[in-house]
Amino acid sequence: MSAMKELTKGLIKENPIFVLVLGMCPTLAVTSSVINGLGMGLAATFVLVCSNILISMIKDLIPSKIRIPCYIVVIASFVTIIDMVMAAYAADLHKSLGIFIPLIVVNCIILGRAEAFASKNGVLHSALDGVGMGLGFTLALVVIAGIREVLGAGQFLGMNVMPSAYLKQPMLVAILAPGAFVTLGLLMALMNLVKNKK
Amino acid sequence: MEFISKIIIMAVSAIFINNFVLSRFLGLCPYLGVSKKLDSAFGMGMAVIFVMSLASAFTWIINQYILIPAGIEYLRTIAFILTIASLVQFVEMFIQKSAPALYKSLGVYLPLITTNCAVLGVAVINIGDKLNFIESILNGFFGGLGFTVVLLMMAGIRERLEKAEVPESMQGMPIALIIAGCMALAFLGFSGLKLG
Repeated sequence: MSAMKELTKGLIKENPIFVLVLGMCPTLAVTSSVINGLGMGLAATFVLVCSNILISMIKDLIPSKIRIPCYIVVIASFVTIIDMVMAAYAADLHKSLGIFIPLIVVNCIILGRAEAFASKNGVLHSALDGVGMGLGFTLALVVIAGIREVLGAGQFLGMNVMPSAYLKQPMLVAILAPGAFVTLGLLMALMNLVKNKK
Repeated sequence: MEFISKIIIMAVSAIFINNFVLSRFLGLCPYLGVSKKLDSAFGMGMAVIFVMSLASAFTWIINQYILIPAGIEYLRTIAFILTIASLVQFVEMFIQKSAPALYKSLGVYLPLITTNCAVLGVAVINIGDKLNFIESILNGFFGGLGFTVVLLMMAGIRERLEKAEVPESMQGMPIALIIAGCMALAFLGFSGLKLG
């Protein structure tokens, strides 16, 4: 029962982006198309799950004074693995995500979960926490990217979804930098509105 | 003369055209987190300029003289983040010993900088753009300066905003993001600038 809770809390109730407001940089930078958002989300999920598992396994061996550098080394190792795997099997995606793959290391969600959850809980719960948080992150990225891609390019996952008159003159600003800030701001305001109504 | 014009081009490009925060999306956590008061924003900005310049220099040396000769470029991410983390720690201890007054104003911001992606970002960008040693340091310095400029602007706006009547569900993060969006829109105007 409690294991189920660890898995689902990251999706909505403690969503890393909309509720905890962590990991802003990749959120805003890679959500110009759904495929980028999805790729980023899954890469971060992989790192999050693996580092949560490893850290919860070795948590008793790490002296508490140097725990943060230890966590960073663990996370950086998994980021290097996913970086090389993506360069080999998904070269296009690797290219369009660019420097944001190495920057998964400094994504505060991952270090935050290591410090707040994996260092205090067992392997199974930490793994589930990682899956839940990672999927919550991915979900948020796909929602933001979906809105921006439909408005800014008239497409969803590369398929045209808007009438052809719209495709000629889409709201280009949505896939540029300002669109990222405004979309996320409005989504957060919407979530607050729903929460306040209750 | 050519050198000076190159420096000016780099400065304008890093501060306005490819601003780290508004067009490259690096360092957003401190941008949104530490921009509630002008003086703390100023302290954070100075600390970031300092660490970004130093980190650019050190990571360039490590990449050029350790990673490339040894053929272990794939360890770049790990090597860079460890360099930055120990550099920040070292700077903190050094300032604490040598300039206690400066430490008082910058001290609390230094630990936060390790996880500021602008620092690791500038190190990776320097290598990706194949900049030389001097260019890397300048890129770090001007990148930090660009970060400070928008951080101060944001803090100024948010201090005013305290007195404004913001709808309940827009308070806090949503309004800050929308203001950031407006600033990004304004900075988008610089992208038409042709240099050199």
